[in-house]
Amino acid sequence: MRTNDVMLQTATKVVTFIILMFAVHIFFAGHYTPGGGFVGGLLTASAIVLLMLAFDLPTVKKIVPINYVVLTAVGLLIAIATASASIVFDVPFFTHAYDYFDLPLFGKTSLHSAMLFDLGVYLVVVGVTMTIIQTIGEDE
Amino acid sequence: MSNLALFPIVIPLIFAAVLMLFPKNVSMQRIVAIAGVSATLVSALFLFSKVSTDGIQAVTLGSWPAPFGISMVSDMLSVLLVLSSTLVTLFVLFYSIPTIGVKREQSYYYPAVLFLMTGVNGAFTTGDIFNLFVFIEVLLMASYALIVHGGEKPQLRESIKYLLVNIISSALFVSAVAYLYSVTGTLNMADLAVKIPKIEAVGILTVIAVLFLVVFGFKAAIFPLYFWLPGSYFAPPMAILALFGALLTKVGVYAIMRTYTLFFTMNIGFTHELLAIIAILTILAGCIGALAYFDVKKIIIYNIIIAVGVILFGISQMNAAGVEGSIFYLVHDMLIKAALFLLVGILTVIFGTSDLRKMGGLIKSYPLFGWTFLIAAFGLAGIPPLSGFPGKLLIVQGGFEGTHFWGSLVILATSLLVLLSVVRIFIYAFWGEPAKIVTIDRKHYLSMFVPTAILVALTVVLGAGAELFMPFVSDAGEVLLNPSLYIDAVLKE
Repeated sequence: MRTNDVMLQTATKVVTFIILMFAVHIFFAGHYTPGGGFVGGLLTASAIVLLMLAFDLPTVKKIVPINYVVLTAVGLLIAIATASASIVFDVPFFTHAYDYFDLPLFGKTSLHSAMLFDLGVYLVVVGVTMTIIQTIGEDE
Repeated sequence: MSNLALFPIVIPLIFAAVLMLFPKNVSMQRIVAIAGVSATLVSALFLFSKVSTDGIQAVTLGSWPAPFGISMVSDMLSVLLVLSSTLVTLFVLFYSIPTIGVKREQSYYYPAVLFLMTGVNGAFTTGDIFNLFVFIEVLLMASYALIVHGGEKPQLRESIKYLLVNIISSALFVSAVAYLYSVTGTLNMADLAVKIPKIEAVGILTVIAVLFLVVFGFKAAIFPLYFWLPGSYFAPPMAILALFGALLTKVGVYAIMRTYTLFFTMNIGFTHELLAIIAILTILAGCIGALAYFDVKKIIIYNIIIAVGVILFGISQMNAAGVEGSIFYLVHDMLIKAALFLLVGILTVIFGTSDLRKMGGLIKSYPLFGWTFLIAAFGLAGIPPLSGFPGKLLIVQGGFEGTHFWGSLVILATSLLVLLSVVRIFIYAFWGEPAKIVTIDRKHYLSMFVPTAILVALTVVLGAGAELFMPFVSDAGEVLLNPSLYIDAVLKE
């Protein structure tokens, strides 16, 4: 008999978005305050895990139709590409660049290529965590 | 190109990530993997020619000044090892295509091999002790995946042991690095080589040096830390075993070589004496194992341990002959071990078993294979025109010039036992009454035999053309014996 978990599911629908927003905040704040790609990725994964707890694996697969192994590979490629971009400019590997830009909504913002590397880390962390949890969860 | 030293690390990494995108398309996996390793080989050759003309290539990542960023240093020793490890991986890839099975190929076999290569090449190139730890973890993670790949019962059992041993030794590695950092305040190897001679607390540094010997000894399988190796290496399929036997322990050997010549030289009387004694014990323990078994895999596995002992004995002498001999023997051993494992792999396919007593009379049906095996066996034992000879000769000479003539005598005597252990395979499997063999397709046999034979031919070239290779080997030896060359290349500004 399946118990009625309407409370859990309703709360999840709200809380998941809060966690996701917090993950994005942590991810972007990494350069100046504690946080970064690793914690951001773990928080994102935890939001998806909450969905999996409240609903079930097939439903979550329908909501978030992502192949997490591919996500990991893409994250790796982004990270390597950021580091390798320095080869094109003939400076030592992993040399980063930054500049200030006037963005329409944010005003004067410093954009740093370390951010792209962090994006790669973020995707790898989400991909690896979710692959582990999904594989164990689906195992009979 | 200031980044040339990084290409043999970055190229397999990119290809491994790309390979993760389409695991089920086997033919694409094969093509992309071979393309990736070939590209790495080309870049390693470029790097080799650059290092041999312009000297040590050092680059500090992120444009930071040298002791603060991570330095990647490609001297002659590391580029020789990168070159031979890439070569071995290429041949093992060709060999895995007919042997490893479609099911394994579809579950990320090739990405794991390329990640392993990333870790091995990175460990050979890095100039930072903590980065060395990271690269060793990269190759260990890939090796965990490979040792359990396929999930057969013996693989599962042995991978648990392998994991346990390596996790413990990695934890020791981290503590050793922590001790070293708290004493010296730096992690860059060149900077360590500058700072360690200035420190008066030789006692604590000796303790740290011995701790590093324990850590790398676990990875390199020295006496008495080799107990995990015979069982663990017995479990995976032959192509993976060839990769492990040729590359993994050699990373530990290289790490001992580097640390014991570059900066742990403050108390040679104790540390290098210890290393020499342990090396001799390693050789003896390996010989006992190699003679004790009637299993072709086990015999070659114990020969890995013997070779580790021989190389480390050369290093412990700290003279030109010993160090150059070790370098030559290290390169020779990577190639010959891969070749022998591949040859033995073909044997087990033909007979359907790895038990020597169930083999026999193969020379009539496979003459070329038989003679190739004999050449590889003689090469391993160090019969003069072949590749095992120059290295061992120099190591023995180093022992006589140094204080350990008894060690040289042991090496000479045990060479006979090494020869006996492999010729026993030849006698049992190729002579005598023909035993029952599995009929295998001619094309399938050739696809296994051709890469193996080319690898054996390469070792013959290495041995017969030793005169050509010696200048590079003595270049590499010079950097090891004069740390100032290494230090100047890294901390130039």
